[in-house]
Amino acid sequence: MLSVQQVRKTFNPGTPNEVRSLQAVDLTLEEGSFVIIIGTNGSGKSTLLNAVAGTFLVDSGAILLAGRDVTAWPEYRRAGMIGRVFQNPFSGTAPNLSIAENLALAARRGLGRGLTWALNKKLRTEMRETVRSLGMGLEDRLDNIIGSLSGGQRQALTLLMATWLKPKLLLLDEHTAALDPKSADQVIHLSSQIILRDHLTTLMVTHSMQQAVNLGDRLIMMHRGRILHDFQGAEKRRLRVNDLLGRFEEVRRADLLDESAAEMLRRMYV
Amino acid sequence: MSLLIGALTIGFILSLLALGVLISFRIFSFPDITAEGSITLGAAVTAAMLVKGVNPLVATAAAVLSGFLAGAATGVLHTRFKINGLLSGILVMTSLYSINLHVMGRSNIPLMSARTLVTYAEHLGRLLLGGADNVSVAGWEVGARDVSVLGFSFVAALLVGLVLFTFFRTDLGTAMRATGDNSQMVRALGVSDADMIVFGLAVSNGLVGLAGALLAQYQGFADVQMGIGMLVWGLASVIIGEALVGVRQLGYLLAGAVMGSVLFRLMVAIALRWGLDPNDLKLITAAFVFVALILPGLVDKMRTRSAAHA
Repeated sequence: MLSVQQVRKTFNPGTPNEVRSLQAVDLTLEEGSFVIIIGTNGSGKSTLLNAVAGTFLVDSGAILLAGRDVTAWPEYRRAGMIGRVFQNPFSGTAPNLSIAENLALAARRGLGRGLTWALNKKLRTEMRETVRSLGMGLEDRLDNIIGSLSGGQRQALTLLMATWLKPKLLLLDEHTAALDPKSADQVIHLSSQIILRDHLTTLMVTHSMQQAVNLGDRLIMMHRGRILHDFQGAEKRRLRVNDLLGRFEEVRRADLLDESAAEMLRRMYV
Repeated sequence: MSLLIGALTIGFILSLLALGVLISFRIFSFPDITAEGSITLGAAVTAAMLVKGVNPLVATAAAVLSGFLAGAATGVLHTRFKINGLLSGILVMTSLYSINLHVMGRSNIPLMSARTLVTYAEHLGRLLLGGADNVSVAGWEVGARDVSVLGFSFVAALLVGLVLFTFFRTDLGTAMRATGDNSQMVRALGVSDADMIVFGLAVSNGLVGLAGALLAQYQGFADVQMGIGMLVWGLASVIIGEALVGVRQLGYLLAGAVMGSVLFRLMVAIALRWGLDPNDLKLITAAFVFVALILPGLVDKMRTRSAAHA
């Protein structure tokens, strides 16, 4: 479904702030697979998601989505195939528009937009039903401005919007990191419910080891712009939080070793 | 009384400007100074065509189209070439000054003898009012001409307001409103925010061009200087309108801009009647907009301060 081939991305090239965010990343996702990405800060996990979404164009390599080469496509064009939920609950909804208007925008993701009414009776009925399934009581507040809702409610609605039309690929970028624990639980529960129900091909970045272990059928660990580990099938199912922490400790030691080795070389030769 | 009717008429005509400014400034948060050039452009195009004997409806439509193109130019400079929004507007506004002189061929075109939409409105009004030269409104004798033109400008503002209200509730219009609200989300839902900004600024300046066309026909001339200060007048109308309606919902905002424009014109007429020097008008308007822009912030600060004391 998704194929990322030898993708590289460097930010601020040629300056002291140069960051090699993605270094020849290769990743192939089967249709219907649910892949979790974890990694240290600055490991390139969010950058990988944004590269797939088209937030920026990559320096080299290719990105194929549903058999089409989308490497040069602008973000809005890829959006016809991709549903997204961002880390910031305020990023996924338009605050001054009503709940219904936001959902109506999502109901035409990737389709043409002309001079027909954004809202009609049929769509409204559909909205009431779907929003009721959230169990947040929002179905009676469809005409309220979305800016008046809590972060958790907005994130749940963003999730509904991203999956209103079944996307070829769902991108979740630490979408519970900014929520309180209870809302985070709710949103995670809802996410896995929708993903399993619609068999969505999903790429989810998370900070939570618990989520990484409990969810998904494949887990990828990134470090310094590369894929370090790729756990699939039975190996992924056996994985526990402690295993992951162990892997992170290994990475940390290797980094320390790198730094102390560099320090030693400096002292000896400079 | 005719002073009052004149103020109301200009208020309704310039409410089209206010609606244009509402779109660029409130919906897209884009301070679009192109308006100062495109209102003159609308007037210039209409006047140049009217003196050549072109049908007033065609001439007015041409003004809308020219404003539309001017706005699109600003949008393209900003989105395709990544030029700062204010600067894009300044570039287009400055170029329009030369273009307007070319369109008119001189700096001022009088329309005294030309057939215009306003003379049409006067004829129609005379028919409707039974041919009388004067009618009595609430006990005052007023000219039938003045009343007809006021009615015409009111209908124009009402029609444009209704069209906008309808448009902003379509798929395209909703996407446009969302663009100003959250462009990241709009891109993630498959809409090119750049295209939306270009189209939105085009619509905004099309309305401003229409305001210019009607203003020229009403006051009987087009002048290359007539656009100066117009953006601030539009802003003042939008801000007064928001204060009047208090709610930031689509229908209220549109109605508010029209009401704000009319109220602003009335205030100006009264101030001038009381002996305000017309030269000070723009200074005072700018000061008013300044106060209106900082006031909400100051009120918030005072509120938090008094809450902290309590």
